[in-house]
Amino acid sequence: MSYIAKPKITHPGMPKNKLGLTSSDYEGTVSTLCAGCGHDSVTAAIIQAVFELGVEPHMLAKMSGIGCSSKTPAYFVNQAHGFNSVHGRMPSVTTGANAANGDLMYIGVSGDGDSLSIGVGQFVHAIRRNINMCYVIENNGVYGLTKGQFSASADIGSKPKKGEPNNQEPIDPVSTALSLGATYIARSFSGDKEQLVPLLKGALMHRGFALVDIVSPCVTFNDHEGSTKSYAHTRQFYHHVIDIDYIPPAEEIKAAYAEGEAMPIEMHDGSTIVLRKVDKDYDLTSRASAFKYLREHFNAGEITTGLLYLDESRAEMHELMGNINTPLSQLPLEELNPGSAELKKLQNRYR
Amino acid sequence: MKSIFRMGIPVVGKNYFPSNIQGLPTWYEIRVTGAGYQSRSNRVDVMVAMNAQTYTQDMADVAPGGWLIYDSTWPRDQLFNRKDITVIGIPFSKLCNENFDGVRARILMKNIAYVGTVAALLDIDLDVIVKLLQETFAAKAHLIDSNMQAIRLGYDYANNNVICPLPMHVEPMDKTSNSVIMDGNTAAGLGCMYAGATVGAWYPITPSTSLMDAFRSFCSRYRVDPETGKNTYAIIQAEDELAAIGMVVGAAWNGARSFTPTSGPGISLMSEFIGYAYYAEIPTVIFNVQRTGPSTGMPTRTQQCDLLSCAYASHGDTKHVLLFPSDPEECFYMAPKAFDMAERLQTPVMVMSDLDIGMNDWMVPELEWDESYVPDRGKVLNAEQLEEMDKFYRYLDVDGDGIPYRTLPGVHPKGAYFTRGSGHTKLGAYTEDAAAYQDVVDRLLVKWETARGILPGPEIQYSKFNKSGIITIGSGGGACKEALDRLAVEDIGLNYCRIRSFPFNKDVADFIEQHDVVYVVEQNRDAQLRTLLINDIEANQRKLVSLLHYNGMPINSGFVVSRVLEEIAKGRTA
Repeated sequence: MSYIAKPKITHPGMPKNKLGLTSSDYEGTVSTLCAGCGHDSVTAAIIQAVFELGVEPHMLAKMSGIGCSSKTPAYFVNQAHGFNSVHGRMPSVTTGANAANGDLMYIGVSGDGDSLSIGVGQFVHAIRRNINMCYVIENNGVYGLTKGQFSASADIGSKPKKGEPNNQEPIDPVSTALSLGATYIARSFSGDKEQLVPLLKGALMHRGFALVDIVSPCVTFNDHEGSTKSYAHTRQFYHHVIDIDYIPPAEEIKAAYAEGEAMPIEMHDGSTIVLRKVDKDYDLTSRASAFKYLREHFNAGEITTGLLYLDESRAEMHELMGNINTPLSQLPLEELNPGSAELKKLQNRYR
Repeated sequence: MKSIFRMGIPVVGKNYFPSNIQGLPTWYEIRVTGAGYQSRSNRVDVMVAMNAQTYTQDMADVAPGGWLIYDSTWPRDQLFNRKDITVIGIPFSKLCNENFDGVRARILMKNIAYVGTVAALLDIDLDVIVKLLQETFAAKAHLIDSNMQAIRLGYDYANNNVICPLPMHVEPMDKTSNSVIMDGNTAAGLGCMYAGATVGAWYPITPSTSLMDAFRSFCSRYRVDPETGKNTYAIIQAEDELAAIGMVVGAAWNGARSFTPTSGPGISLMSEFIGYAYYAEIPTVIFNVQRTGPSTGMPTRTQQCDLLSCAYASHGDTKHVLLFPSDPEECFYMAPKAFDMAERLQTPVMVMSDLDIGMNDWMVPELEWDESYVPDRGKVLNAEQLEEMDKFYRYLDVDGDGIPYRTLPGVHPKGAYFTRGSGHTKLGAYTEDAAAYQDVVDRLLVKWETARGILPGPEIQYSKFNKSGIITIGSGGGACKEALDRLAVEDIGLNYCRIRSFPFNKDVADFIEQHDVVYVVEQNRDAQLRTLLINDIEANQRKLVSLLHYNGMPINSGFVVSRVLEEIAKGRTA
């Protein structure tokens, strides 16, 4: 019995993935976000990533909190279960869901308000537990749904549409994740699909907590002159350090890379990430040097992007807890209940 | 206490301790009754006063005709000026200083020596104590001799210097052979393990912490896969209660039996998710081991003060299923019941224990497991059922009982739907449409009435000759039953109804209907149970007379008796 619904034939020439599905099979409902919103580009990149990976739609769990970003799971992969939770609490729901069934692939879509303001507590603790999930932050520096207040990721000096510029230090999710021991950390831009799609693929296939921080401009409230999260500003100060190619298991590494610039890294499922170093000074295996580099370039006003840190060796939550491989939610009572005779026996301690 | 229990005599123990780790006085109260009463007596016959700083208070607490035992190593004559009690001085410190080396051993052994004295005074079987010591220190045999020596010191001194036993002493009975001594949190943790719970998420909070400790301890023994040595359970210590309940909701959404133990302040933090789980219809099990509020209140004292905050937790129109265990035995049996009801009804279920039940030692009938138990996982569609369906919609009332069908992620592509706390239609789609919104929240009321019919009914004792009744919940049960016995001696007959769930069963409404006066006995200031009765079943509020005990100490029968007598004196019928 196949659980994959028949592909809708929309275009006879559309490419198919290993499951015989086209990218249109991974689409969701129509977006209700503003025209030109960066989030819609991220949605498109996610659709392409899961299509290319050949993810079984019903094995994907789409998790989110509250905000413009958190609405987007409705806009991709209709045949996946979605969980639009409460504001800032997506990490805890994903933690529990993952504890119950680690066989699903978890993608959490959050925003800067959801993850860095109201939900910063859950964000940092999810990282500490190294939950096996892809955690996307669609970062635009403002609250869209309540009309343009600054979030915790707004840069000093960034100007709102109305009112005074921000004068508080921003919380940078990338350096926060770095200090907390996240095992896959990337940053990209909603306007750079070529860089973003492989980063998302690597994040989805990584075993452990994978953060993808995506600068995703808000066209309505934060795309004006003086904003540091606008399309124009991001394009101007965008700085690639390490881009990647994601190679599925058992596929030959075909592309040619210049000596010293490419480095293949094998992942847990046998797939490979080939690093393409744009800046040879960047070392993505050292938290200390990565942090120093990020800080220096941040001070210079640059937005460092690419795969910024990778550690394939650390155990994820289930391994840390010593859990059985079968999802806990699928264990029958017979395997969980010691029975009446044992109950009688154990009560001898209570006499 | 255990030695009295092993002599076949019913006994209960209650610990009164401060919210502190070291250095402040605590009391342990042991009550021995042939009838096996479980509640606090509120009367001290024999006081062992081991703390100099509380001597005055301890002496004042002894009932006339009672006995007070103190450490007479240092004279404290000026404090002992009561003529109506007998003061017995035993030089515990002197005895221990002469017989043990080292400060630590001397202090510890002083606390053992008084056990020997009490054994002599009350005629507790020394052989039983020896056997208990051997069991307790089975792994540390070298401690048995010193402990036994300390007990003998106290025992012999009392026998040689005081007339033993006292007129009030114990005699062997045969009333405990089918019982165990257990606290409610241990019983609830055991119940969760037996119910097949696999995910426990929590944030430590007194007095609920020992529930998860018990679950962990039972799981570490019974939930390790023999082949792989891997765990068949996950316990996650969350960063706060907001995360703990989020994890429970996430795990339940994915089909695991998951739960969290907490107390009042935790419920306040969890409220947003509780409302979410109500509206998105996710089975969620919460154990609320209630403590004294408001705010931080008195964390190590007991109350039933979260009835309203749990019944209506969260913003918007929400109401939740509550279960009220009265003792550790019910904590055990209500654990699988809570999971069954949560999954059947697809809604949060809160088990309303309290500190008195959760942390004190109760004598309860030996727990039994019914091997024919089949967990009620509720209306969950499997892959075959989904394959045969044309299309699945999450929130349709197919059966007319207000309970829709649900699917689990990863089972079948046709089962996919979008779980949300925002307005949704009966098909599961987002909506801001007036009629479509109302359709769903009205259906939730149908489900509420279904819940009323399947939740555990009240425990009722009824005689048609009685015109008045008592309604109580949870740990109030023991004090009320004892009060009924005491009132019966004075020819005052009252019927009895101990409510076991909310929404209230029809039997509760009938009980109120049958009586002219109903005393509502509960442990909070604001008559929260009475409010729920008026609100949920439109009980006639003029009939409902509140008897409220809320000082943080467990309710006792003397309170109920005296309050009922006061009301009768005021002209209420009984």
